[in-house]
Amino acid sequence: MRWRKAFAATAATLVVAGSLAACGDAGNDKEGRDVKAKSDCDGKFEDGSRMAELADAGKINVGVKYDQPGLGFKGATDDVPSGFDIEIAKLLVADLCIDPADTSKVNWEETISDNREPFLESGKVDIVLASYSITEDRQKVVGQAGPYMVTGQQVLVKADSDITGIDDLKGKEVCSVTGSTSLENVKAKGAKGVGADSYSECAEKVLDGTYRAMSTDGTILAGLAAQNEGQLKVVGDQFSEENIGVGFSKDRPEMCEWIDGVLSKSFEDGSWADAFELTLGPSGVDTPEPPTLQPCK
Amino acid sequence: MLDNLDELFKGFGYTLFLFLVSAVASLVLGTVLVAMRVGPIGVLRAVGAIYVSVVRNTPLVLIFIFFHFAAPILGINFRWVQVHVGGFDFTSAFATAFVALSLYTACFVCEALRSGVNAVPMGQAEAARAIGLPFGGVMTQVVLPQAVRASVPPLASALIAMLKNTSVAGVFFLAEALATMRGLTNDYSSERIGIFACFAVGYILLVEIVSMISLGFERRWRIA
Repeated sequence: MRWRKAFAATAATLVVAGSLAACGDAGNDKEGRDVKAKSDCDGKFEDGSRMAELADAGKINVGVKYDQPGLGFKGATDDVPSGFDIEIAKLLVADLCIDPADTSKVNWEETISDNREPFLESGKVDIVLASYSITEDRQKVVGQAGPYMVTGQQVLVKADSDITGIDDLKGKEVCSVTGSTSLENVKAKGAKGVGADSYSECAEKVLDGTYRAMSTDGTILAGLAAQNEGQLKVVGDQFSEENIGVGFSKDRPEMCEWIDGVLSKSFEDGSWADAFELTLGPSGVDTPEPPTLQPCK
Repeated sequence: MLDNLDELFKGFGYTLFLFLVSAVASLVLGTVLVAMRVGPIGVLRAVGAIYVSVVRNTPLVLIFIFFHFAAPILGINFRWVQVHVGGFDFTSAFATAFVALSLYTACFVCEALRSGVNAVPMGQAEAARAIGLPFGGVMTQVVLPQAVRASVPPLASALIAMLKNTSVAGVFFLAEALATMRGLTNDYSSERIGIFACFAVGYILLVEIVSMISLGFERRWRIA
């Protein structure tokens, strides 16, 4: 029996490669919002701007994550990915008079953390909405507009653990994803960072007791806790602040004003809050106030 | 990049430690396996052959996944490993990587040595038997010393492959060179190419050192 279970675990880990395992109750069962393409693009954008080019071509490549439930997630049989990043991307795409639901016009390209800058630089994608934190160093190579979401890092522990936050974990091993800002923040707080390949792998290791805790954005942890209800819990205050923004090519600075324009419109007409409620609401995150946009450079 | 040289060295530190301990373990285990495979006991021969064909035909990542995610369900875990030396922590991630790498590489060591054993003329073993040496004596005194000399180049290849295979551990919770590199490319996206270059140089240096050592042995043992 134990062997069969172990075999099943290995097989499952392989098949889903850690990503599908993270689906579950994190809000991706629902259809996304129905966003209609605008039809006012004639003369809306300045001639020669990237927006005018995209609207004329009627096609766009959007870089998103496929493996973060609630933010950017694509199941094996889905045509269009789902999540908060996707909902914001849809608003931008629709503003270019392109139908977001038409996959022949919108190419949802997967961008893992490591290839977001290379894809933008090479023009493989036009915009990136892939839980992309705005940092000074990234702005040296790509443009970033927004933020459309501000998140903070928390800690996920076993349900029966007496750890109350990151301060209880000084000198202890805390799991996060290799190459992520979360891992650096964990180290800065005096814990020993351990890097996995995906958040569901970390959750697995917290469940089997190898590591006492894992840490990343509260929204992701809430999704994992919802998936393993009764076994894991999110604790502690947020101890970092990540500004999640939209990435675009540095050669096309005019896109910044446009993105900020679409974002602030969505803050005002309630579609932002709507999207948040639909995608992140089910994992128990309260809809916050819309963030303050940073000025374009 | 130059401000983060300490991180680079620490990453390669883990890589090097992992390589050294796994090299020793896989050489020992590989020697035992080859003795089983060429030995006189049929059951052991079969066990050795099955072990080599099963483990050698399994991708290394799968072996890592088994020890990280399936083994704990069977009650096998390495949580008890808590060795801290200086700034280095050798805990469950390191122990798991060590076990997976050693078990995997032992197959290649075994096969490299077996080719050496086959290169030793049959008469040598027969002569050793004739003067009354038991199987252990035949192996340790006569056959293996000659076999090792003949199999230095393939052994070095197996170990170099293992040195690079340590990077698989970077995906599984161990902050060795590859994982460190991914951390740095995330923090300093604008210096990507420089970071890649530094880590490439690091790996080339380590592999070059292993090649040099093997070349040294080859020269010393030129007359087998």
